[in-house]
Amino acid sequence: MAESSTPRREGNDGALLRAVALTRRFGGLTAVDQVSIDLHVGEVHAVIGTNGAGKSTLINMLSGELPTSSGRIELDGRDIGTWPQPRRARAGIGRSYQRTTIFPSFSVLENCRLSAQAAQPRAWAVWQAAQTCAHSVDVAREALAAAGLTDQALRPAGLLSHGGQRQLEIAMCLATKPRVLLLDEPLAGMGAEETERMLALLAELKRSHALLLVEHDMDAVFRIADRITVMVNGAVIASDAPQRIRTNPEVLVAYLGEAH
Amino acid sequence: MAGGCAALLFDGLRLTQADSYRIAAVDLATFLVQCLNAVQYGLLLFLVASGLTLIFGIMGVINLAHGSFYMIGAYLAFALAPYFGDWFVTQLIVGVLLAAAFGYLLEWAFFSFLYQREHLQQVLMTYALILVFEEVRSLLVGNDVHGVQAPPWLAGGFRLGELMSYPWYRVFASVACVVVAIGLYWVVNRTRLGMMIRAGASNRDMARGLGLNIRLLYRIVFAGGVALAALAGMIAAPLSSVYPGMGGSVLIICFVVVVIGGIGSITGALIASLLVGVVDTFGKVFFAEYSGVGVYLLMAVILVWRPEGLMKRAY
Amino acid sequence: MKRSWIVPVVAALVLLALPPVLSPYLHDLVVKIAIYAVFALSLELLVGVTGLVSLGHAAFLGIGAYVTVLASGDSGGSIARILPLAVLAAAGYALFVGALSLRTKGVYFIMVTLAFAQMAYFVFHDTKLAGGSDGLFLYVKPTLVTLSLDDKRTMYYAVMLALVVTYALLALLQRSRFGHALAGIRVNEQRMRAAGYPTFRYKLAAFVIAGALAGLAGFLLAVKDGAVNPELLSWHESGAVLLMLILGGIGHLRGAVIGAIAFTLLKELFQLEALLGPLASHWQLTLGLTIIAFVALLPKGLIGLRRRFAAGAVHG
Repeated sequence: MAESSTPRREGNDGALLRAVALTRRFGGLTAVDQVSIDLHVGEVHAVIGTNGAGKSTLINMLSGELPTSSGRIELDGRDIGTWPQPRRARAGIGRSYQRTTIFPSFSVLENCRLSAQAAQPRAWAVWQAAQTCAHSVDVAREALAAAGLTDQALRPAGLLSHGGQRQLEIAMCLATKPRVLLLDEPLAGMGAEETERMLALLAELKRSHALLLVEHDMDAVFRIADRITVMVNGAVIASDAPQRIRTNPEVLVAYLGEAH
Repeated sequence: MAGGCAALLFDGLRLTQADSYRIAAVDLATFLVQCLNAVQYGLLLFLVASGLTLIFGIMGVINLAHGSFYMIGAYLAFALAPYFGDWFVTQLIVGVLLAAAFGYLLEWAFFSFLYQREHLQQVLMTYALILVFEEVRSLLVGNDVHGVQAPPWLAGGFRLGELMSYPWYRVFASVACVVVAIGLYWVVNRTRLGMMIRAGASNRDMARGLGLNIRLLYRIVFAGGVALAALAGMIAAPLSSVYPGMGGSVLIICFVVVVIGGIGSITGALIASLLVGVVDTFGKVFFAEYSGVGVYLLMAVILVWRPEGLMKRAY
Repeated sequence: MKRSWIVPVVAALVLLALPPVLSPYLHDLVVKIAIYAVFALSLELLVGVTGLVSLGHAAFLGIGAYVTVLASGDSGGSIARILPLAVLAAAGYALFVGALSLRTKGVYFIMVTLAFAQMAYFVFHDTKLAGGSDGLFLYVKPTLVTLSLDDKRTMYYAVMLALVVTYALLALLQRSRFGHALAGIRVNEQRMRAAGYPTFRYKLAAFVIAGALAGLAGFLLAVKDGAVNPELLSWHESGAVLLMLILGGIGHLRGAVIGAIAFTLLKELFQLEALLGPLASHWQLTLGLTIIAFVALLPKGLIGLRRRFAAGAVHG
């Protein structure tokens, strides 16, 4: 029941995840300064910026790992600002990490199954073996199929190639059946072929999910993003369609700089 | 004010008539003595705890044997006393140097291998070290309880009110601890060594890249921590006598101090030590039997309120 | 995975058949080892499965033991009344300690669990609640219908039953959803939270179950020894059970049992004057040095040793 005092912006209605004026201070340092961002189903919203621009802090606030100093976060119109991360995850906010956080000693399938189990944990049913839990196994197989990892299902996850592990990271995220995906540099360290595969996956995913993408790979960003927000020193300096960002003078100066 | 506190607590605990007379007899002088005791105990604790928190904060090693250094200091005071007689301060200095040398060697021979290991292994290795220290002490000096005399020039006390006198030695102990605390603050915050320590704590790899000899730095910090604990033991010897289990009891209290104060924070260790000193000393006065529990209840309260300690890593 | 059942089952059968063959000393020793195996298994749930290193686990052993004696009073009682009391008391304290200490992580957690165990130690050591530093005697051992734990044979089978049940329960937990979730928390708690698990609750549940099982071991120990004293809650006891785990090898239930056996036997060995002469009275020194050598050279425990040989043989 929050009253919004911010003016209606284009694309405001129908936003699945909405963050308004998020701010995060660490002592004297303001890492994120009044950042607002909307995520819609069917849209890839990319956030770019130089190192230290506050992108990771922003994602951590959206996922629930970091409390905000001020600002509001809404999912489906509900204020979730005080919800801890597990609760947000169960409500449909999934996230992948920049540093791979898979379970290396478990099989690929078990990685996804364990993630899927969170939705129906039934932890008290101790007589039943985890592997026979039909729900989590089915959801896991679906996620693996979507990520293209079905033939690796029984391999120990630690033995996958780097690209494979990044794919598994996404698959684990999908196994929780999220509606919003917060992806932190999913393409990090990937070769050309793996990048193609990941971009195809993301294009497929965006049809039914709302995607937030933090990335450094500019080519990929401009190919796949429907909207780009540029952050510098914790604040948003531009938020627009890719073509307009490309020609935005402030962005060119602050970020793209002399490279182009 | 002491009478007022006592009255409140008395009501709450529904003590007997005899107890009420006893507590009502608490007057200002007694209260002052207890305050001084609390501060002195807290300051001694600070010496030991600062070593522990430094070693953990900088090298990331949990060291169960830290209490043993305190015990070693006390037994060292017992062993050195016959040779130094009146020259108490000299004895302390010699003891500290010996302890620092011992710490330096111990780091080189044993602890330097622990840094990379996981916490469980560190716990077990240092636990085994306690067993070794206890037995070696047993072999060298036996298991008896020993008394150590305060030096003659610190004997006696000064008057406090009509009936009480406060021992000069306790004043000396508190002053010595304050001097060391100031010295510690100065070293950590105002010297190059201190700067290197702080640099080494926040970013090891970068510090190494800048040419800091991390190994040597760790060795020095470790030796310092051992020296601090041993000094505390030496100062405490005339106060609490020298007995086999003294390492264990001080260790666990130090853990409580570090948890309350925050790992790696010397300021936190100071505040927490004084808090613990107050709770423990006044706990003994008002709660007799159950006083041992007071410190842990304090820790429980802090955990509910601030699980990371009062001050997180803050130099 | 059928093969992994054979060894424990065979071992259980052997244990059940042993009593007639054992001398009184050995009989006592086997029972002691079995009780410590239960204790070690309870800690394995925390350390090996969930990744929580607790240095205060002896508190729950001690509370289970003390409540057993206190509930027995002067005239004993039924196992059906006393055992649940002991286990619940231990579980209750575990709930309190866990709720507070699980708010911390890593080294803090280790220190806090130690501190809370020390708090319990002080309550039993310093106060008149329970006999102070002298401890208490168990005058009449618990009974159940016609069986009395005073009878050595009955006690033996009761302890073995407890061991088998504990082992089976933990094996069941490990393969269940709950167990898998705990394993995930051990490997990467952050990832589990990101998936939607309320990890605090899982860890607390594991902590309470571990405390309850330690209480069971405490009940058995009190009945076996016929007496309790505060040293049961000391940190030496907490350190010893951790040692058992690392001796046997962390990460396997068998490791806890093997470690209990190895530790108890080593302690007996080091105290044998026939073997070590004057060093026997300073067995803590020998034990300490052995531990250091062991952790330095065999961090994976005795199970790790077997794996190394097995790997060599298979790929020979």
